[in-house]
Amino acid sequence: MKRWGWNALGLAVFVVMVFPVFWMMSTAFKPDDKITSLTPTWFPLHPTLSHFGAAIHKPYFWQDVKNSVIIVVVTVAISIVLAFLAAVAVARYRFTGRKAFIVLVIGIQMLPQAGLIIPLYVALARYHQTNTLTGVIITYMTFVLPFSVWTLRGFLIGIPKELEEAAMVDGSTRLGVFVKILLPLMAPGLVATSVFAFITSWNEYIFARVLLNDQGKQTATVWLSYFLGTSRNTDWGGLMAASTLTAIPVVIFFLLVQRRIAFGLTAGAVKG
Amino acid sequence: MEVVGAVEALHHRSRRRRRFFEASTPYWLIAPIVAAIGLVLGYPLYWLVRLSLEHYGLFELIRHAGPYIGLHNYGSVLHDSIFWHTLLRTVIFTAVNVAATIVIGMLIALLLRQVSAWVRILLTSGLVLVWSMPVVVAAQIWIWMTNYQNGVVNYVLAQLHLSRTQHDWYASTFSQLSMVTLLIVWGALPFVVITLYAGLAQVPGELVEAASVDGAPPWRVFFDITLPILRPILLILTSLSIIWDFGVFTQPYLLIGQAKTQPGNFLMSTYLFEEGYFKTDFGRGAAISILMLVMVAILSVVYVRKMVRIGEEVA
Repeated sequence: MKRWGWNALGLAVFVVMVFPVFWMMSTAFKPDDKITSLTPTWFPLHPTLSHFGAAIHKPYFWQDVKNSVIIVVVTVAISIVLAFLAAVAVARYRFTGRKAFIVLVIGIQMLPQAGLIIPLYVALARYHQTNTLTGVIITYMTFVLPFSVWTLRGFLIGIPKELEEAAMVDGSTRLGVFVKILLPLMAPGLVATSVFAFITSWNEYIFARVLLNDQGKQTATVWLSYFLGTSRNTDWGGLMAASTLTAIPVVIFFLLVQRRIAFGLTAGAVKG
Repeated sequence: MEVVGAVEALHHRSRRRRRFFEASTPYWLIAPIVAAIGLVLGYPLYWLVRLSLEHYGLFELIRHAGPYIGLHNYGSVLHDSIFWHTLLRTVIFTAVNVAATIVIGMLIALLLRQVSAWVRILLTSGLVLVWSMPVVVAAQIWIWMTNYQNGVVNYVLAQLHLSRTQHDWYASTFSQLSMVTLLIVWGALPFVVITLYAGLAQVPGELVEAASVDGAPPWRVFFDITLPILRPILLILTSLSIIWDFGVFTQPYLLIGQAKTQPGNFLMSTYLFEEGYFKTDFGRGAAISILMLVMVAILSVVYVRKMVRIGEEVA
């Protein structure tokens, strides 16, 4: 096949893959009569922001976005500190029990979330932590902690140990090495891991759906999943505007760190 | 003399203390996270085992205690034909999803090597954009696109004379699960394609060229050179996809919807959710959870072993 043939095929794949995202944005900007018309308008020729206005003025939007932000920030802050310490141990030391710890970290990441909802729900109910943000933060740690250890370990492996050893020879203490050498070198890795942890927590649905009942306590994703409700006249424009708003922070952050994180899950198998 | 001896002894002691401290450093470093994991996961898992042996419903949830009933929950689940049907359906569903993801992913990755640079950049950027879409958002887009009244899918298919207008894509179980499959494969492709494309860069160009010069057809080159080199990556991608698709919840739950979720279209996770959480039969739900976790653990062995070997490395 000629090059132009492959190019045409590549463009066709591009159109099919990107279309849903395009359709979300296109719908979000179109006036209602264009949305419900039986012959669709492909581009919003007369764009309107009314759906976005309607979406953010819907009850609990800002409250639930705030909840998401609180949950995500607390989860990520605690997890990154704990995970960084553990990552240093795994990347820099050989010790008895190290392998067991690695198996634990990788194994936990494979647990299906659905399999954990019942024990988490019941255990949290014992301490009256269902329907609280604290409870959700605890459940989010189950996946953010192991993921962060593994990702940070990957970044640490890339920093030559000789730098630390040289500083030690020059008379720095372990703590001094940690603060003056390791931390600055790890800054990009810490940022990338935090951002990715932010994304996975922001996108999480099932734990938040199970634990949070009050509309004012839900997260942005749960709010979005209830957007349609049971009304007969579906507000597609509003739904797509709300979807766009929920996706925007994630898309921006994802584009920033994708290159650094993308291979965490297959690290070592792909050398590149 | 005595002073020298005392100083030496002191040195010795501090060295010993330092050595002890050195040796225990990694344990101090992992202690906080081990404690945290024990709290957020270990404790609930202990409860999971306990619950599965108890009669535990809404009443018991309020009282915080349930009567011990031995293996009754497991017996009830294993004698439930819905469980076995759900398991079979989930296995087939997983196989179809994984096969579709890996095969299409491989084809797109190969295509990326054939196109011009600008098409490659465009397609890769598009894939990253798709990759970044939150699952809940993607599900809403799917609901809108496949809506029977004025969804764009029906419109396009009707224009192409492939389907009648106002076709309800959620009328039958097969159709419902096919929509879920489309959503999952669409969402999974970017990761698979980009990983495989990176892997393809490892295939030595001289080898492929030499084979072509010797007259080997492209499919022979692919099966005899490219595929063996990609084997480790494909193994990891396949096991990850199996694990993810087997336990997938958000996509079927949101797309099929609470109202239409019923025993005929259960997957393991939605079955577990309906039977355990929604019907507030936590004891039975716990038994299903344990059965599911054991199955996933078995499926994970290949992946975990591979990753642990990578984790052995110390810098």
